[in-house]
Amino acid sequence: MAEYDIPNDRRYSHEDEWATFENDQITVGVTDFAQKQLGDVVFVELPAVGTAVEKGEPFGVIESVKAVSDLYAPVSGQVVEVNADLADHPELVNEDCYGDGWMLTIAVEDGSDYEAMLDAAAYRRHVDDRK
Amino acid sequence: MLDAIGVDSLEALFEDVPRGLRLGRPLDVPPAASELEVMRELGAMAARNAHAESHAWFLGAGTYAHFVPSAIDALAGRAEFYTSYTPYQPEISQGTLQTIFEWQTMVCALTGLEVANASMYDGASATAEAALMAMRVTKRSKIVVAGLHPHYRDVLRTYLDGPGGTIEHASYGADGRTRDLAGHVDGDTACVVLQSPAFLGPIEDVRAAAEAARAQGALLVVSISEALSLGVLRAPGELGADVVCGEAQSFGIPMGFGGPHLGFLAAREKHLRQLPGRLCGETVDANGKRGFVLTLSTREQHIRRERATSNICTNQGLMLLRATIFLALLGREGLAALARQNLAKAAYLRERIARTPGLALPFAAPVFHELVVTLAPGDSAERALARALDDGIVGGLDLAPYAPELGPALLVCATELATRESIDRLVAALGRGAS
Amino acid sequence: MSDPNERTNQLPGAAGIAAVGNAATHVAFEEPLLFERSRPGRVGWSLPALDVPAVDPAFHLGGEAVRETCDGLPELSEVDVVRHFTRISTWNYSVDHGLYPLGSCTMKYNPKLNEAAARLPGFALSHPLQPAALAQGVLQLLFELERQLAEISGMDAVTLQPAAGSQGELAGVMMIRAYHESRGDKRMKVLVPDSAHGTNPASAAMNGYEVVSVPSGADGVLHPEAVAAAMSPEVACLMLTNPSTLGLFETHVAEIAKIVHAGGGLVYGDGANLNALLGVARPGDFGIDVMHFNLHKTFSTPHGGGGPGAGPVGVKGMLEPFLPAPLVRRRSTPDGDAYFLDDERPLSIGRLHGNLGNVGMLVRAFAYIRSLGPDGLRRCAELAVLNANYVLARLRDVYHVPYDRRVMHECVLSDAKLAPHHVSTMDVAKRLIDYGYHPPTIYFPLIVAGALMIEPTESESLEGLDQFVAAMRAIVREAAEDPALVRGAPHTTRLSRLDETRAARKPVLRWTPGRDT
Repeated sequence: MAEYDIPNDRRYSHEDEWATFENDQITVGVTDFAQKQLGDVVFVELPAVGTAVEKGEPFGVIESVKAVSDLYAPVSGQVVEVNADLADHPELVNEDCYGDGWMLTIAVEDGSDYEAMLDAAAYRRHVDDRK
Repeated sequence: MLDAIGVDSLEALFEDVPRGLRLGRPLDVPPAASELEVMRELGAMAARNAHAESHAWFLGAGTYAHFVPSAIDALAGRAEFYTSYTPYQPEISQGTLQTIFEWQTMVCALTGLEVANASMYDGASATAEAALMAMRVTKRSKIVVAGLHPHYRDVLRTYLDGPGGTIEHASYGADGRTRDLAGHVDGDTACVVLQSPAFLGPIEDVRAAAEAARAQGALLVVSISEALSLGVLRAPGELGADVVCGEAQSFGIPMGFGGPHLGFLAAREKHLRQLPGRLCGETVDANGKRGFVLTLSTREQHIRRERATSNICTNQGLMLLRATIFLALLGREGLAALARQNLAKAAYLRERIARTPGLALPFAAPVFHELVVTLAPGDSAERALARALDDGIVGGLDLAPYAPELGPALLVCATELATRESIDRLVAALGRGAS
Repeated sequence: MSDPNERTNQLPGAAGIAAVGNAATHVAFEEPLLFERSRPGRVGWSLPALDVPAVDPAFHLGGEAVRETCDGLPELSEVDVVRHFTRISTWNYSVDHGLYPLGSCTMKYNPKLNEAAARLPGFALSHPLQPAALAQGVLQLLFELERQLAEISGMDAVTLQPAAGSQGELAGVMMIRAYHESRGDKRMKVLVPDSAHGTNPASAAMNGYEVVSVPSGADGVLHPEAVAAAMSPEVACLMLTNPSTLGLFETHVAEIAKIVHAGGGLVYGDGANLNALLGVARPGDFGIDVMHFNLHKTFSTPHGGGGPGAGPVGVKGMLEPFLPAPLVRRRSTPDGDAYFLDDERPLSIGRLHGNLGNVGMLVRAFAYIRSLGPDGLRRCAELAVLNANYVLARLRDVYHVPYDRRVMHECVLSDAKLAPHHVSTMDVAKRLIDYGYHPPTIYFPLIVAGALMIEPTESESLEGLDQFVAAMRAIVREAAEDPALVRGAPHTTRLSRLDETRAARKPVLRWTPGRDT
């Protein structure tokens, strides 16, 4: 029974982020499982455009009323775009985590980091292991 | 009860405490005393202390003798206020929460800034936390301090040690105000911490300090050890301060041999997420009615844990209540009137000193209610204070441990409690050291 | 609007169970903010006429530096102010109303004698910088309190300076750091159990340490193997709460302390739960090198709606040189004992407080210890532990108990058995408010999902405990029979389920004129 939405059109990290890959750029957000665990998101701290991020290292912070969590870069690269709407509307992460709740876009050298991420089935197993 | 638990003795409830770790003897503290005996014993101890009702009081230096309106004790003595817990359950703590919201509002009004927290332990720790905040915001580690109370400076040094902050002092010039502040500020400076009125009394040039800080991308923190001065001095936020902090003991809180007092901290809205301490915010309940809750708790230790902005847990809740009641009673006109009375008493004190042979006023800069007086050649602060004490007066602070460069000197404070007559007697006693 | 008393008698689900506290029956006045009550020209103050010449601030200080009036402060009469605060005070629950079963808070009764003692003018109206000769009474009190706390805890020396437990903890970790630095020993890590209070890792981080979490065993206590595995020459200290935040005595504490000491580290004791050990065991005797006290917990000083507290710190001899300065000392003179402040402390970590600490709270704690004596202090621990075990025994058949064993002064339950009805710990807490109680500590410690931590303290009578148990049991029945009632609680308070998300997303932290409310 799919209690958590895990679309097939993208990949996932162990830290509950999703990624899509297009034109040497990777767009990143957090998953439905993550936003449900956090509860109402109140603030998202994102890096400035131009920042270099490294795979596995924290790039920002997401806060809900009751919890705070680091956001981890699933790939290495340079930040080219950041979702400015999240500053005034952090609730977008809860309402549409795979669409309007996206967080940042990273320019990458190639698709290898993306290919190394979990597919939907593997991520679903990862979620089930922790439920 | 033991039956319900399923044991046959109280002793059995402690079975998890290994025998070898037990004390095995009564504690060596005095035997239990009845209420009457405790009050007698404590009364005898208390009677061996001078205090502001047994002596005329001219000692300030960060803790001030002011009149406390009787309504404050009456209201703060209500059990609903003083025996209640931190307002984590807002439905049954709206009294506390609404008071905090009112306090935050008034601190913003007095400081000229946009956000204020629900208090810190005291002025010294508030100042230290403000400096740490500036380090987080600017990612720099040098703190330039000017005019700062020596104890505040000590506390700042203690707090900076872990995060690796350094302190550089800007000293005072001939008129008593800080000299060449800009010369100390550089690209490594996180903030200037300027106390105004300064420890030695002079009112500092806040606008110039703000410009000096801003020129190097540093913040200006104004630290105020006498919150009452805000009743007559322009709000530092309007003069360019980024953070205003300090001590609000003067707002209806007794001197209490130094505590509990009331630290306050206010900042510009853009620094909100770096602000330490509790915050109270307005919201609505399930039926749309207005109410108040502690908010933005993710900055705090109980959620953020090692990434917290500070480890502070309590605030000074009951002291905040007293100060809020004080500001409500005095209000818009009353706080200004009270501050002006203090200004007038100190102006009279200054004028009497100026006319007394042997005594001198080393600093020309205007003050609020506290000033430095140097004594006649051959006299000492100790003897001068002893002469005052003989006349029932606690005359001020011996500055020898704090500013030995001034020679024999006292820091004397005249609040609204000082009378013309007591000021005359003090100055006469100080002047008797002239041979 | 119905009469609030009548509403209580018809309290849903409360048939046959008397509501204890006033949370359900308080006066429900609406009362605006001070600024909304303000009316131009009202005054609540009186000052004598000036007996010295008035000064013109603008002339005296320079025009730009002067504030004309204090805009933003209200204008109110004394009657306005007194009614305002009296009314809003009735919206608060308090210890004088009834039970606060808050685990790790020790909400015991606040004796009124302590208030009378603190109000004595010789304490309340004295100044921290007045010469020692004029302050012998208060200096003596501080000196004796230090001795008594050292004796109670098994430590060698005590500082009374820290203003709260968390500031005491900061001081304790600073002293540990100073100790290692004085020995040229560079250690970068601090071990913290996964059950620890948030101040522990925060204090460690403020000292530049990396925090390493040590897992508790399946039985809820720390095991020597887990500590040994985490111990290394890089570890400055282990921070430990005993009894733990689960209310369990750390049975392996002596062995764990040995492991840490053998590795060159020290052991910090979080003294929040000291109430369970008074007169029974002493942290200094089971391996703790430095610990803080929470006077507003163990020693009955009132919580004041969030403070002030006091957080003295006790240390073993090796840390004594690093204590915050100044120290209170005593010397003999021909005229008897004389007390003075000693600032000659070259190795001290420095000052933490502008003065000597929250002396008003220290006076209260001193009066408390004098009132109890050795037998009274031990009785606190005995009754606190008895009461917690009794509550656990009366609730373990209906609530899930994650660690089902003897406890000390507090017990931990969870909402696991209520999950089928979709009733959570939060719902239970809010429904308890309708029964006239402050909820227990919820969602802490983090290692228990949906934790409800209950600490009745020794102040509670048997009938009080029975009433609390009855309310907790009634809520379990309600969860099965009418879960919506529990999930929608509280029903009897003026406000219910405030929107904390909205408060955090759109912070409104002060009143401004012209806002719609």
